[in-house]
Amino acid sequence: MPDTERVSLEDVRRVAELAYLELTTEEESRMRRDLNAILDYVAQLGELDTSRIAPMTQVSEVLATGGETATEELSVLRDDLPVPCLDRNRAMASAPETDGVFFKVPKVIER
Amino acid sequence: MTTMTAAGSIESVRSAIARGETTATALAESYLARIAEEDPRIHAWLSVGREYALAQAAEIDKLAANGETLPPLAGVPVGIKDVLTLEGFPATAGSKILEGYRPPYTATAVRKLADAGAIFPGKLNCDEFAMGSSNENSAYGPVHNPHHLDRVPGGSSGGSAAAVAAGMAVATLGTDTGGSIRQPASFCGVVGVLPTYGRVSRYGLIAFASSLDRIGPFAANVRDAATVLGVIAGHDPMDATSSPLAVPDYAADLDRSADQGVSGMRLGVPAEYFAEGLDAEVRAAIEGGIERLRSAGAEICPISLPHTRYAIPAYYVIATAEASSNLARFDGVRYGLRAPQSDTLAAMYRRTRDLGFGAEVKRRIMLGTYVLSHGYYDAYYRKAQQVRRLLADDFLSAFKEVDAIVTPTAPTPAFRIGEKSDDPVAMYLADIYTVTASLAGICGISVPCGRSAEGLPIGMQILGKHFDEAAIFRVGQALENLLAS
Repeated sequence: MPDTERVSLEDVRRVAELAYLELTTEEESRMRRDLNAILDYVAQLGELDTSRIAPMTQVSEVLATGGETATEELSVLRDDLPVPCLDRNRAMASAPETDGVFFKVPKVIER
Repeated sequence: MTTMTAAGSIESVRSAIARGETTATALAESYLARIAEEDPRIHAWLSVGREYALAQAAEIDKLAANGETLPPLAGVPVGIKDVLTLEGFPATAGSKILEGYRPPYTATAVRKLADAGAIFPGKLNCDEFAMGSSNENSAYGPVHNPHHLDRVPGGSSGGSAAAVAAGMAVATLGTDTGGSIRQPASFCGVVGVLPTYGRVSRYGLIAFASSLDRIGPFAANVRDAATVLGVIAGHDPMDATSSPLAVPDYAADLDRSADQGVSGMRLGVPAEYFAEGLDAEVRAAIEGGIERLRSAGAEICPISLPHTRYAIPAYYVIATAEASSNLARFDGVRYGLRAPQSDTLAAMYRRTRDLGFGAEVKRRIMLGTYVLSHGYYDAYYRKAQQVRRLLADDFLSAFKEVDAIVTPTAPTPAFRIGEKSDDPVAMYLADIYTVTASLAGICGISVPCGRSAEGLPIGMQILGKHFDEAAIFRVGQALENLLAS
């Protein structure tokens, strides 16, 4: 392990909690090893000066600024109209537990 | 070694049915028989729907018997990657968390295939949630490369590539987020197309990384791949990122440009794709293919795509960040697996996701959650998005000078099952030549371009500008013709 280990065991546990993942002790140590290896590799992004570069979040924005495609056609929003959605019975058919009207889950508040 | 049979082309299938030389039913039966015979060794299929396929075939036979004009894919067996939905059929995404799930709706691309007369033999194996480069991450077991059973077929659409290679389907649908169509096409010796982002609706695709995910075809030849793309492409109100641009008739365009081929086209060869790490046999095969394109009249132009080496790190930040968000929906509430006997909702979420997700999916959710978490967002996620723009700009500049770009699809031929499965970074590098086009949103195709001494297929990747699929089909068709002659 390099001295400047990016991800500690505590980090692994904190992130697992954020992601609602339950990791065994072995999984935790392997995850720490793998995340550090990947983030060491990712660190080379730091070589690039990107201070003047706008983040690219979607392909369509590149077409709007740099491409030759007709841009106005690529940014069309649909009309905001209510349309029928999936029938409740068909949606509920896939649920692990339902009373036919609502999805049922274990209790939410611990007492 | 499995015997390869030349699968019938789309046009030969359609016209044989139209002329009454065969029936869609007989054809469907023969493909189902071939799956039963070949697939125990290859494991490309996760589910086979015999009755459904035969019912679809009967509809085509009815049209043919009445002398009606047959739709473009009449009677053509097309396999569907198991991340795409077909109402009422399994859609596991290669994951235990969706075992037994029956989606209540059909993906737009799949519906368009059905409307065009295609027959669906079943759903195809893939890496779990399309995360992988070898198909070893499927919760239902790996796919074996039909050319060499101890090799991987590539991934994540390994089943889709292997099914075409082994003659178990005329065409298949796959998905490509960082190379998941092109790289398995290269490993299995078939044609695989990455359409421009927005060309094909993603409605009904179980999402991995929404700004990168694309649906595209596999086929045994360029023309069939072009025909299938023409069927599935187009605007869809159900996907706001699908493009309203008109869909060209790609196959007709190939006919029009047949005499001219690549003559007069400017093809860019980026130095960065022929650097350290490229297998010597792959290099020789691709350079040989480029020489043939030159002799056919293409102008070969050395170019530079200077940010190429930053593509893999940028990709693994962006793709995992989006995945951690997309996969939050698998919580045991609305569909799929639920861990039994949890006292609280939070415990149920955690235990369900622990039971349901495999190691690579957990790794990517963890990485994605980490790079989006407080204090790291700017350093990782925003930084990767900035680098993404630099990579896209590299291509936009290059396409001012050239009509298409030719590269190897993958740095090596198919590697051995188990060879890279313990080293995530080594596995990620299998996508080194494909993630760039994924980030930029441009189109690409992998076309067979020779074999290694061991007989393993090698693919040439041809990249085109946004919505210029016609150009990459034209180059791909020329390469296919040159190598056949």
